[in-house]
Amino acid sequence: MKKDYSLWSLFTKGLKHNEGWDPAWRSADPKPSYNVVIVGAGGHGLATAYYLAKEHGVRDIAVIEKGYLGGGNTARNTTIVRSNYLWDEATMLYEHALKLWEGLTEDLNFNVMFSQRGVFNLGHTLQDMRDIERRVNANVLNGIDAQMLDTAEVKRMIPILNTSKNARYPVLGASYQPRAGVARHDAVAWGFARAASKYGVDIVENCEVIGMDLAGGRIQGLQTSRGFIRAERVGCVASGHSSVLAKMAGIRLPIDSHPLQAFVSESMKPVLDTIVMSNAVHGYASQSDKGELVIGAGIDHYTSYTQRGSPHIIEHTAAAIIELFPIFSRVRMNRQWGGIVDTTPDACPIISKTKVKGLYFNCGWGTGGFKATPGSGNVFAHTIAKDDPHPLNKAFSLDRFSTGHLIDEHGAAAVAH
Amino acid sequence: MFVLFCPHCQEKREEEEFGYGGEAFRVRPSTPDTVDDETWGDYLFMRSNPKGWNWELWSHATGCRKFFVVKRNTATNAIAGSWTLAEGRKVYDAEGGAQ
Amino acid sequence: MSHRVKHSGARVDFDRPLAFSFDGKSYGGYAGDTLASALLANGVRMLGRSFKYGRPRGIVGAGPEEPNALTQVETGAATIPNLKATQVELYDGLIARRTTGWPTLDFDLKSLCGPFSRFMPAGFYYKTFQNRTLWPRFEHIIRQAAGYGSAPEEADADTYDHRHRHAEVVVVGGGACGLLAALDAGRAGLQVILFDEQNEMGGWLLSSPNTVIGGEPAAQWLKTIIAELRSLPNVEMLTRTSAFALHDMNLIVAVEQLQDHLPLAERSETKPRQRLHRVRADRIILASGAIERPLVFGNNDLPGILTASALTTYLNRYGVGVGKRVVLQTSNDYAYQGACDLANSGCSVVLVDTRMRPNTAWEQRAHVAGVDVRPGYGVAAAQGGRAVKGVKLVKLDADRNVMSGEGPTVECDAVGSSGGLSPTVHLYCHDGGRPYWDEEKLAFVVSATGRAAAGIYCVGSITGTFGLQAALAQTQQTVGEVIASFGKAPAQETRKIETDEPEATPARRIFRVPDGKAEGHGQKAFVDFQNDVSAADIHLAIRENYRSIEHIKRYTALGFGTDQGKLSNVNGFAIAADALSKSIPEVGTTTYRPAYSPVTFGTLAGPHEGDTFEPRRYTAMHASHVARGAVFENVGQWLRPQYFLKPGEDQEAAIRRECVATRRSVGLMDASTLGKIDIQGKNVREFLNRVYANAWTQLAPGKCRYGLMLDENGMVMDDGVTACISDEHFVMTTTTGGAARVMSWLENWHQTEWPDLDVYMTSVTDHWATAAVVGPKSRQVLEKLCSDIDLSPGSFKFMDWREGTVAGVPARVFRISFSGELAFEVNVDASYGHHVWEALMEAGAEFGITPYGTDAMHLLRAEKGFIIVGQDTDGSMTPFDLDMAWAVSMKKPFSFIGKRSFARSDTAGPNRKQLVGLLTDDPSVVLAEGAQIIERPDASLPVAMLGHVTSSYFSPELNRSIAMAVVRDGIQRRSDDSRKAGRDVLFAYSRGTTHKVKVVSPVFVDPKGERQNG
Repeated sequence: MKKDYSLWSLFTKGLKHNEGWDPAWRSADPKPSYNVVIVGAGGHGLATAYYLAKEHGVRDIAVIEKGYLGGGNTARNTTIVRSNYLWDEATMLYEHALKLWEGLTEDLNFNVMFSQRGVFNLGHTLQDMRDIERRVNANVLNGIDAQMLDTAEVKRMIPILNTSKNARYPVLGASYQPRAGVARHDAVAWGFARAASKYGVDIVENCEVIGMDLAGGRIQGLQTSRGFIRAERVGCVASGHSSVLAKMAGIRLPIDSHPLQAFVSESMKPVLDTIVMSNAVHGYASQSDKGELVIGAGIDHYTSYTQRGSPHIIEHTAAAIIELFPIFSRVRMNRQWGGIVDTTPDACPIISKTKVKGLYFNCGWGTGGFKATPGSGNVFAHTIAKDDPHPLNKAFSLDRFSTGHLIDEHGAAAVAH
Repeated sequence: MFVLFCPHCQEKREEEEFGYGGEAFRVRPSTPDTVDDETWGDYLFMRSNPKGWNWELWSHATGCRKFFVVKRNTATNAIAGSWTLAEGRKVYDAEGGAQ
Repeated sequence: MSHRVKHSGARVDFDRPLAFSFDGKSYGGYAGDTLASALLANGVRMLGRSFKYGRPRGIVGAGPEEPNALTQVETGAATIPNLKATQVELYDGLIARRTTGWPTLDFDLKSLCGPFSRFMPAGFYYKTFQNRTLWPRFEHIIRQAAGYGSAPEEADADTYDHRHRHAEVVVVGGGACGLLAALDAGRAGLQVILFDEQNEMGGWLLSSPNTVIGGEPAAQWLKTIIAELRSLPNVEMLTRTSAFALHDMNLIVAVEQLQDHLPLAERSETKPRQRLHRVRADRIILASGAIERPLVFGNNDLPGILTASALTTYLNRYGVGVGKRVVLQTSNDYAYQGACDLANSGCSVVLVDTRMRPNTAWEQRAHVAGVDVRPGYGVAAAQGGRAVKGVKLVKLDADRNVMSGEGPTVECDAVGSSGGLSPTVHLYCHDGGRPYWDEEKLAFVVSATGRAAAGIYCVGSITGTFGLQAALAQTQQTVGEVIASFGKAPAQETRKIETDEPEATPARRIFRVPDGKAEGHGQKAFVDFQNDVSAADIHLAIRENYRSIEHIKRYTALGFGTDQGKLSNVNGFAIAADALSKSIPEVGTTTYRPAYSPVTFGTLAGPHEGDTFEPRRYTAMHASHVARGAVFENVGQWLRPQYFLKPGEDQEAAIRRECVATRRSVGLMDASTLGKIDIQGKNVREFLNRVYANAWTQLAPGKCRYGLMLDENGMVMDDGVTACISDEHFVMTTTTGGAARVMSWLENWHQTEWPDLDVYMTSVTDHWATAAVVGPKSRQVLEKLCSDIDLSPGSFKFMDWREGTVAGVPARVFRISFSGELAFEVNVDASYGHHVWEALMEAGAEFGITPYGTDAMHLLRAEKGFIIVGQDTDGSMTPFDLDMAWAVSMKKPFSFIGKRSFARSDTAGPNRKQLVGLLTDDPSVVLAEGAQIIERPDASLPVAMLGHVTSSYFSPELNRSIAMAVVRDGIQRRSDDSRKAGRDVLFAYSRGTTHKVKVVSPVFVDPKGERQNG
């Protein structure tokens, strides 16, 4: 792929008043038929199309999107990328993604601003510390860069953290993954869109799926707001809206869609150079390159597709952040927002074939989807291309909900953000 | 953030007083031991999760502790009403149950 | 040069001079000034440098729309970053600093980028810095260069308050319409709360005191209406209160600034700094007005270029002239009043009207005031270095927004521009409302009664009703509807309120003033000042196919600043629409999200910080524990003694002492935190049969039984002992952390699935205090305090309970044991807990009775292999995995919760992780809780893991270490079990160290249970 984004191109195009830039991706009208149609042009969907084209040689692909590209959870998350999960299956999947993240900017020729500033998962109770010990040991044995830190070490690395013994829930220690980081979330969607587009993938925005045509237990195509699209294979990557799509194919999913809220502060000089997450106190924070504190809240407990949640959740999160960082009490919230997260009973995703031949689902990422973006797209592309799961997503099939083989990341896991 | 009407207390109260109980009127197989794994898995884990009107359980957690049902639109947060479980069941059935 | 213009109409008190400092220099101002007006009055116009290119920047607005003048106010613990100088009320001694400009304001390093700005268009960073190794270094530089103010370095000494309330009517905005709305609603007897973000009510009328309204000057009209509102007991007016969010079902959230306007020394330590009002309103009247947007033209970011309304506000409200030779540029009528006022104050004023034909009435007034009106011109570009020195005019085409000829250059020292009004529709849109584009008004507006069904009404400029007289009439009519919706009638006849405004004429549809050049070729024309987004950047985004308005916003950062695009969004949408050849409605708006204005974290948190972050729950014996040196552990919200330190002891020694005393003589433990649920009714036994894995049909009154509670997935979720008080009365105990969850779980099952069962449940956790008397001497201790229960082993057996009197207090005594020792749990009314605890301590003194904490409790139970749910289980363990088949009755007729799940292929299958005991080869090694179990110590990564250590201790009883673990096929591996398969040697890995272990039974002490049964 030609690397046409560079310092040189900025210079030459700049000389000509930046008039020579090409569209980052090609907006297409839907063709009547495709080999593969991906429903949902978020990070995961676009990554799926990219890897289908790049690694599996599939050329006749469309990604259709009911709104604008990258406008769902890709556009509204707190961008944390890490792989320090508890169970082998989850760890390996997220580590696969993390490895892809590490080369993503160069691979896409698009700076996704992946910033490996490390993540601390704080422990506040004795049971937290047992869980952290268990998870860190599991991570190390899986080859993941995980460390366990005591309070003094945490304090040394994050001097502004409140490590007082008198805190309501004192910090007893933390796990630390240095390779974890944050990324520029919108850029991930744009970068994948651009790269997929270069492989000839059709990106069709403002195209909503309103029905699925099935015959003989096989997908035939999609009824959309822009007409019928025949497709041999359809991959649905629609996060919070997955249940709505599944229903069109007569499939039920173990998903509840909930609001997940987050907020940012006003932009400030660098004050926090890492990511801090606390399960017991219910908050997590990092600081963006622009200087805003990016803060995540817990999910609202009711189901909703409204992309907004209840204010007491935000209030509780602000309290948690002050509990962790008393110096932020006078800092101000600039903007809050909500996304729709697709939660599953075991806090793990579904990347799976379905009972309908040629129809695949990739959903249920809950609060943890962004970090998996390249990995998710990569293994889902494999699943669609081979009609068989990649070894890394075998365990994430739908049938685990009838065999009982759940991968319970709730159990002793850290916050699944 | 909602205001919910508790049909037991006959009071409108803030959402913070209530606990969300998920999809209402899910049916536990009457003889679990005789159903197959898929049926059991469907009951255990699968959810309608509609975008639109949703019959859902709430409990008046810091009030009377009673469960009741609410018909709420998950796309707009509009609420059509609250009923006791028994009354709600009648309305739900009259509407044709889970369509 | 900007300067003070003292006049009697100003809202500043020239008799009250104040001193303040900015960037280390001392200045003077007056009470009523904002930091912005005071700085301008002192001739300070450059306050900072721009985000990306380091361009000089000054004040643009006069309120929350200000994009540039972000200041750091005060120092030390009192400092606040990023306050807009336009919103900081001046007080004596105020200290403020700039937030940009490094190393100095005059020489800013970023300004070196200026000449290279063409190589740094929107999104340039996506296209470069791609080298993996170098990126972190680039990023470091980017981070250092970004950001405005600094976070405080000390904890906040101030407090914050929350007030939750109801109102019949909330009015947002205390301008002419808001005041009138509150008055009419108030007069009709409705309970009204009126919020306004400024320091006094009046809104735009404060900037326009000479407007004649109802036959009198605005200043007088305001005085009268505010006085009447004050006299109404049912109306509450809150100034300095910004309504920043509207949530579902008319929940308005507002921040009231209680002390920020006071000198530091005068602030009360006992009062909150700010208060959050959460108001659930029956009706909301949004009278939030509109904000004037500037026109976009070359170099429009030079200091000295403001919105026309800001220029007017500084003059009329604050008595500050921003310049002496002023150029105003307008597309509409609104700038004329200001032009007249400026001219009357002694400025020379050139009014550039982009329209071919101005409003004749206004033009006449302007001429009378001496304003030089130049119709048909536009400002193509401003000139100047650190402040505006002149403007280059161009002649505009009558129909299309293109240049039709050159114009003169006009020297000036201030410029004001008006591109029209943008209604403040933010709150209306927070909960799902949408504005629509009014092509005539050239604004995104909302309808007055479009959401009346939801109780939301809108009046005044927010609806696009920009004329004052029309807005007041609309307010009267709309509030009439509000009053009627309560079934009430207005207090008096509606009277027409007349003003002196000339009839309005249409505005010119212009956003970007042409300069005769292709976009990107001329001088930079900024749309969003705070993020350095130019019109050319928007064109570039579209060229690169970022065509959705959300893409444009995200690619260029348009509207992402702390002003939330109040000045820039509509211009950005319009420029994008033109570039896309679409209409503005087709382009649409970005989403409006709270907060309308930034809100302090501390205010959001309110009282929930520090000691009151979350409640602490104490048992009735807490004082006893504190007095005996307890170190506490957080268990949920509870504080439980973890161990009791004696002088000279460390934690390990304390635990050892507590365990030894308990096993050899007698220990005393506070078990009050366990959840307790009182269950009564005819069908309790059946209910218990359904919710527990084991059987309850045969349990006789006076007996207790341990039960495992499963979720429907078949996994252990809680456990505890339940006592049969009578056939229709049981008391269940739960884990400490699980109490609330179990209660809710049981209620859910009963009410939704089995309402036919006659069962009533009450949480009695806090009603009872529980002291566990544990150890071989426990009977002797209890005998001293209890004479009405036969404690002899033959009469009071293990797993019995008895009612009686302990230490003179009615008690339920359970003979149950979590330690494997002879033990009695004494339950008394919580209010006697302390008394009974102390009585037990006294009675046990001769035996050396020893209070022990959770650490010793954990150790003692681990020696017996008793599980702790949540520590030895994690939501993936069945009773069979725990080798507790004895606690499951598969024969019960009702398929109890979780039973069906056992039969699924994976749950019933081989290779499950099972609970076992582990003994290290080296008895002195205590494994880490959380160590992973592996098959070989030398395997290469990734290493297959068989399970993990859940509990691990040094057992004083055995004088060696012991551990519990869940291990794949663990039960078959046990060396002590007949089912063993000879694979009992494994390794435990933790933090780089591996220890050889042997898999054994988890029951290490007294496997036959002779002690507890004794």
